[in-house]
Amino acid sequence: MTPPDYEYLRKLLKDHSGLDLSADKQYLIESRLLPLSRKCGVSGIGELVQKMKGGSLSIVAQVVEAMTTNETFFFRDKVPFEHFRDTIMPELLKARASRKSIRIWCAAGSTGQEPYSLAMSLKEMGTALAGWRIEIIATDLSQEVLEKSKSGIYSQFEVQRGLPIQLLVKYFKQNGELWQISPELRGMVQHRQLNLLHDFSQLGTFDVIFCRNVLIYFDQDTKINIFGRLARAMEGDGFLVLGAAETVVGLTDVFKPFPDKRGLYRPSGARAASPQGGTLMPKIAAMAGR
Amino acid sequence: MKTCLVVDDSSVVRKIARRILEELDFQITEAEDGEQALEVCKAAMPTAVLLDWNMPVMDGYEFLGHLRRLPGGDAPKVVFCTTENGMDHISRALHAGANEYIMKPFDKDIVTAKFQEVGLVALTEQCPI
Repeated sequence: MTPPDYEYLRKLLKDHSGLDLSADKQYLIESRLLPLSRKCGVSGIGELVQKMKGGSLSIVAQVVEAMTTNETFFFRDKVPFEHFRDTIMPELLKARASRKSIRIWCAAGSTGQEPYSLAMSLKEMGTALAGWRIEIIATDLSQEVLEKSKSGIYSQFEVQRGLPIQLLVKYFKQNGELWQISPELRGMVQHRQLNLLHDFSQLGTFDVIFCRNVLIYFDQDTKINIFGRLARAMEGDGFLVLGAAETVVGLTDVFKPFPDKRGLYRPSGARAASPQGGTLMPKIAAMAGR
Repeated sequence: MKTCLVVDDSSVVRKIARRILEELDFQITEAEDGEQALEVCKAAMPTAVLLDWNMPVMDGYEFLGHLRRLPGGDAPKVVFCTTENGMDHISRALHAGANEYIMKPFDKDIVTAKFQEVGLVALTEQCPI
């Protein structure tokens, strides 16, 4: 890949998705875009760049998608799901006892492993949730991964990463080499396409937001902006769950760490400086052609 | 020291499994069928057993039944590792006291994940970029 092509891609990704690649991520681009060039029938990354410069919005969309889609697995990192079961849900069951409803947002729902892991965790709580209305909204930048999430169909390889065998037996149905999560669990998750750079206030207010391993792609200002808007999309006594490599510390005071629970945060009550309209780059039609 | 008994009639599979499990800090013993495996367990219970299903002499399912009836035989974590990938086999294995189940083909990620499930390998958190 030539340095001008790399610079072009960096800028394009920054503008369209907020993905902020440092100067040494050529390998990452190559590992994601070489398969895409084969799929598009072009000779390599140089030719992909030519097509984008020539105005191919569909290639732009596919490049952004390929660069921002991540491998994920069921109950990834385990700890956040223990927090969910042992800390978040017990607190909310008390705090929402009269309302009996809880809204959960997976802000980088990807191919569904995270929202379905939460759905399974809820099912495992059994009768404690009888009579409760619990919503799980899964959003992602990529329509393609959302379609996969909706289908709830996973390969033999995918169901063996992080999913205890007892849960596979309990909640999945086998179809040859593929496994599909039960209609009941699929029915617990709603899917919406969403770019976190854009206004998301229409999603309403949440009690729990899982926003893991997505903010790492953004530069500092963008992170601060998103934290501010996440705080406004959350109940004052809600919970924010970040990825293992992420933190709010040093970036914003709208959330504060939950004592002794790594990756878990709560609104601090501090107000973020409010950007007009709530969006960072309202004019960018991020996923062009969609 | 964590020990794992690898039971498979294929020496190639045993070798691959040994390499992966040694990297996860297990000391490995091997057996070619259920009967040999049972002898190993009678001499000294391993921490874990990675267990094929279809083998000559005594298959993995029968071995598991015998193992769980031995004194101290409920202690080892038993992880099936087999081409028997149907839900019926998985359910039977769990009923018979298996702790986890790997559907072949397997790789290091799957073995690591499954041994994390049974609590014998520490969790590693993965940073996506």
